[in-house]
Amino acid sequence: MPNKEDLLTTTQMAKFVADGLLRFDNVVPDELNRAALAQMEAGIERPRGGDPVQGMWQGTAIGDVVQLPQIQGIMASLVGTDPLYDHHAVHIVQPNREEGQIWHADAIIDLRTPFDIQFFYFPHDTPREMGGTMVLPGSHFRRISESDIARYQNFLGQQPMVCEAGTVMVAHHGIWHCAQPNLTDRTRYMFKLRLNPTVRQLRLWNTDDIDAPEVSSELNANHRWYGNEARLEIVNRIKLWRHLTGDEKYDLGYWLSRLENEPTAAALVA
Amino acid sequence: MALRQKLLVLYAHSPDLNSATVAWSMYDGTGKEKHTTGDSEEPPYPSVVAAMLDGWRVIQFPQQHPAFPGMEYNTAYLKYEYILEQLEDVGA
Repeated sequence: MPNKEDLLTTTQMAKFVADGLLRFDNVVPDELNRAALAQMEAGIERPRGGDPVQGMWQGTAIGDVVQLPQIQGIMASLVGTDPLYDHHAVHIVQPNREEGQIWHADAIIDLRTPFDIQFFYFPHDTPREMGGTMVLPGSHFRRISESDIARYQNFLGQQPMVCEAGTVMVAHHGIWHCAQPNLTDRTRYMFKLRLNPTVRQLRLWNTDDIDAPEVSSELNANHRWYGNEARLEIVNRIKLWRHLTGDEKYDLGYWLSRLENEPTAAALVA
Repeated sequence: MALRQKLLVLYAHSPDLNSATVAWSMYDGTGKEKHTTGDSEEPPYPSVVAAMLDGWRVIQFPQQHPAFPGMEYNTAYLKYEYILEQLEDVGA
């Protein structure tokens, strides 16, 4: 069981619900980064999809990264302490590659509210000229299919993962992303790991700040690329927040409450 | 004279052609420019009308259809997609 201080806070969870991702800089120590990078170059054993992730790659650098207390805390907060391994990939961008990958989302075939997470681990420094992964905050609720978004090139608010070695991003499985060009003469590596929850994703994090004002501020964030659909995305967040907190009355202002006011009672006419 | 087509795809805040650009793509049939994902942080034009003022011709409007029942308030693709072109002479 992770220590409470390694769990996400409610404010962080709200940011995850609004953005579909969280970023943690420099969480993996340098020595482990170097060992993990060597393991990526050599190849990482591929376990069977659907097996428990705990204990996988034991005694290796990647196994040690997964077992870091902060990684375990993030995992426990979002998908519980014993999620299933879905798949992993070592993403490699060759040197002097000028073309970015097309925008896509990974394997969205799931219409349910419970969500998978994907860790994106950057084992070496990733300056902008090296990439890294471009992500679009707030894209995770969109009902699209993988590369059907490939016509798009740029969005207001897109965020490149420019980071130092040991940085980890965790994202909702629906997040839109794409690998960016690598204009350096070095190969770029990134390790991605997808996990499925096995428990109801209900208040799994540190809820000490459940009533903090920052929670609603995060849930109200307007990503500029939404345009006219910002309100629809707010409703999407309220629905997921209700699922995560178990508070079926939660609202931001008067959005879903408006629908729950069912005008069915007969008016008394004198 | 050999004309080649440059395409600019602008995604607007709303169906109003004066509304703000929220996403954009460029495809260059002259072969002079290469555009790819994440290659600019700000749109080339703040609106479709601003692009028209610079000589871009709108060649496709987004159609507006009533949503399928039950899908009225789903979010998916960007709805207000305008395709614009410029023709450029690349010589014989």
